[in-house]
Amino acid sequence: MHIVDGALAPEVLIGGGVLAVAGLGLGLRKLPIDKIPATGVLSATFFVASLIHVPVGPSSVHLIMSGLAGLVLGWTAFPALFVGLLLQAVFFGFGGLTVLGVNTVNIALPAVLIGLTFRGLVTRSSPTIAAIWGGIAGASSIAVTTVFVAISLGLSGEGFVPAAKLVFFAHIPIMIIEGLISAAAIYLICKVKPELMRASDSAYDRVYDDAPYPITTGQTAQVTPATSEANNG
Amino acid sequence: MSHLFGHDQPLGVQASGGTAPSFVGSFDPRVRVVAAGLFAVMVVALHQVEFAFGAFLLALGTVFLTDLPLRLTLKRMAAMDGFIIVMLVMLPFTTPGTPMFSLLGADASKEGLMHAVLIGVRANAVVLMMLSLLSGLSPVALGHTLYRLKCPAALVHLMMFTVRYISVLHDEYHRLRMAMKLRGFRARNTFHTYRSIGYLFGMLLVRSLERAERVLEAMKCRGFSGHFPMIDHLEFKVRDGMLAVGFGVIIGALVLLDRIYVFAY
Repeated sequence: MHIVDGALAPEVLIGGGVLAVAGLGLGLRKLPIDKIPATGVLSATFFVASLIHVPVGPSSVHLIMSGLAGLVLGWTAFPALFVGLLLQAVFFGFGGLTVLGVNTVNIALPAVLIGLTFRGLVTRSSPTIAAIWGGIAGASSIAVTTVFVAISLGLSGEGFVPAAKLVFFAHIPIMIIEGLISAAAIYLICKVKPELMRASDSAYDRVYDDAPYPITTGQTAQVTPATSEANNG
Repeated sequence: MSHLFGHDQPLGVQASGGTAPSFVGSFDPRVRVVAAGLFAVMVVALHQVEFAFGAFLLALGTVFLTDLPLRLTLKRMAAMDGFIIVMLVMLPFTTPGTPMFSLLGADASKEGLMHAVLIGVRANAVVLMMLSLLSGLSPVALGHTLYRLKCPAALVHLMMFTVRYISVLHDEYHRLRMAMKLRGFRARNTFHTYRSIGYLFGMLLVRSLERAERVLEAMKCRGFSGHFPMIDHLEFKVRDGMLAVGFGVIIGALVLLDRIYVFAY
């Protein structure tokens, strides 16, 4: 899924960079300082997901779970996934520096869009129905990502078009597996801790310098989601 | 892999056990970050294989000025090359141009081959230079450096939190995985495997959020006011300036020669 440095046309790189900066700006605006611990820990979780390998046929693939990231984090999935990609690029040499923008947009933008689309459906449904929606979200975010990768390759030169098609078809098994795993994860989350789905919206909305009442736990904060002002900005 | 972030130590130190900074490691991290970024942008802009190869040699030379373990670095590069090899092999056959040879009825064009080689050389040059300039930095030092380079504070804090918790959560993952193993779980190509891994990851998310709640409360307890002090002492010395100028001149010359070459032929 990572595109390396040197393959894409400059126009695509610049376009990707501009989109990534815009997305990061939007995501960071939705990230008040006291949501940073939760977002950081979840961002680390999604980094760990990329270290989990699942068997597929004779080989194995690592998880991406960008659909789940979008569902749990909303717009803040953009900076969270960007951080993961930056660390991978700088310390492991996966991906590259100039394609960081393109790679971020390719992975984070589908995650955010899919997350915003499906979040309402998932939070309102019973665990079984939510699992189905979660599965669709997980599979389709990978599908949209591969389409984005294909588009960025296709825009960079005619010669890449067959490779772009190959990328899409090679990822169909991954879409199915990501869908299944996301569905199971969503089922568990709905049973065990449904607040997780609303984590990035309500659980930590508290500007503590002008908090009207003493510091409360996350539990109490969820009871009064209407008091959140940080959400609007 | 996540053990890299576990003790906040750079790759080179962990592998060799040495403590003295290497030649590259003795420069101001800000210069190194900017240089790596500049190098990447400039190399991607090169059109001629010869100059891209020159950039690759420059990057290779830089590796020898660091204390990076050479084998590990080359292994990382090979891993990246594995990603692109399919695309590079296909490119000659899919680019129209003068046919060179044909394989199974498909013509390989010279232009396509040159393009594939160019991409491969550029990608390797950038990755090599990035690894040698930056992976001597610890993740926390990188965070501080980005903060000093005026990256948004929220993004830097987010990165520091991520770095801090990757190893913790990776351990947690191994603990959960061990529990599954003790109950006789083996990963196969079955629906059961995918469901179990899904539950595993869901549980990991639940536990991380609960951990985050505890972290936030502990931070509030200690009077967290929304700002982390950045404790470090970065000094921009004369030799850092010299490196910056020298590096800029070399890169500028490469790009300039590359462009002149295009006009000359």
